[in-house]
Amino acid sequence: MTQYADILPQILETLQPFAKKGQALGEETELVSELGLDSMQVMQVLLKIEDRFDISIPLNNLPNIRTVKDLGLEIETLLKT
Amino acid sequence: MSLFDKFSTLQQTRQALLQGGVSPFHLTVEKILSPTEAIMNGCHTILVGSNNYLGLTFHPECIQAGRQALEQEGTGTTGSRMANGSFAAHGHLEQAIADFYGLPHAIVFSTGYQANLGILSTLAGSGDIILMDADSHASIYDGCRLGGAEIIRFKHNDVSDMEKRLRRLGDRSARTLIVVEGIYSMLGDRAPLADMVGVKKQYGATMVVDEAHSLGILGKNGRGLVEEVGAEQDVDCIVGTFSKSLGSTGGFAVSHHSLFDMIRYASRPYIFTASPCPSVVATTTAALRVVRQHPELQRQLWDNANRLYNGLKTSGYSLGAEVGPVIAAMIPTKELALAMWQGLLENGIYVNLMIPPATPNGECLLRCSVSAAHTEKQLVHIDRTFQNLKEKFLP
Repeated sequence: MTQYADILPQILETLQPFAKKGQALGEETELVSELGLDSMQVMQVLLKIEDRFDISIPLNNLPNIRTVKDLGLEIETLLKT
Repeated sequence: MSLFDKFSTLQQTRQALLQGGVSPFHLTVEKILSPTEAIMNGCHTILVGSNNYLGLTFHPECIQAGRQALEQEGTGTTGSRMANGSFAAHGHLEQAIADFYGLPHAIVFSTGYQANLGILSTLAGSGDIILMDADSHASIYDGCRLGGAEIIRFKHNDVSDMEKRLRRLGDRSARTLIVVEGIYSMLGDRAPLADMVGVKKQYGATMVVDEAHSLGILGKNGRGLVEEVGAEQDVDCIVGTFSKSLGSTGGFAVSHHSLFDMIRYASRPYIFTASPCPSVVATTTAALRVVRQHPELQRQLWDNANRLYNGLKTSGYSLGAEVGPVIAAMIPTKELALAMWQGLLENGIYVNLMIPPATPNGECLLRCSVSAAHTEKQLVHIDRTFQNLKEKFLP
């Protein structure tokens, strides 16, 4: 069973190309306001994450995903079900 | 902080657009002259953004039918079919649509938007899954949300992404409703429906196809993409609108499922709204008859679409990949798109200006909808004006 601790570094690695120069990414990094992703980039990030973990994140759950940690916990939940 | 404060950003965007002259999102048709002409902004204008694909809004048979219904049945139904009862004409229209598609069941809704709300929210509820194309129309998004199903998107027109997501669902794929459109409204491209139907069958899912922009346009008999690819037995439900090729207002859904008619008793957007008024029902029924009797309208539309598409392509515009009734020219920036839209209007041509976030891939579009009623003279003027604007703004 993949745990949050295993998931987090994989998310950070996926997000790194989207980070601004010199920007440090962590659990509390906000995906939209801090990374400055527009709606197209959010879509791209989600596609990469979904393929990496072989999951589909329901549209209904997106409003609850604000930070990297929120995303990690969502992935953990989806991998359990 | 007031609840209204959140609209200040919208107000600023609107003001910025107004500074350029006429607002593209608040234009008044001062006088409508024909299916393809109107007085707008004080000028005689060719309509190339009104979805009047077959040009039926002034068809004498439709006008006569509407006038007669207005005189004999009054201005409105003053309530829902469930509470007030159905007028006989509602049933006749449903029978006419069912006959047109060769399917046993049809339900009429008050608008095309409500048809999607009514069908999607009722077919897939809590515990079910909806798998929808990411570029779907807002009415599909809203219909999916209304029912409370789990919503998953797949990449636009990407069969392998759709298949991958069905596989991820495991046994739950059998409780999944796939939603696609015949022709997509922004770029005018079609769903790869034959391949999608193959995947749908493999996973035992259910499929709805929205033919809003393809009714009367695709298929030998004008039944849409489902007819064109021969998928009538495999698609579970077709949804559509009367407000485009039929030149009226309202929406519908048809199906071969024996329990389909029960949706009436469970669909809130069907139950709790006023039924279509008699004149609208009459003009729609007449328009459907005209479509069946005059296949040359479809041919004329395609001739006009080919002509405009090839003309814009020759001028050097980047267009959607397929020729069709929706032809979208991609413009590099919002500012250029607005300036060119205004240039078209100043030359007596109205098209739709489409800008993000309403567009796929953040595109800025000048979207044309072609009509069978466009004349040679009008098409020449549209073509030349686009060509001139290309040379001026995108040399």
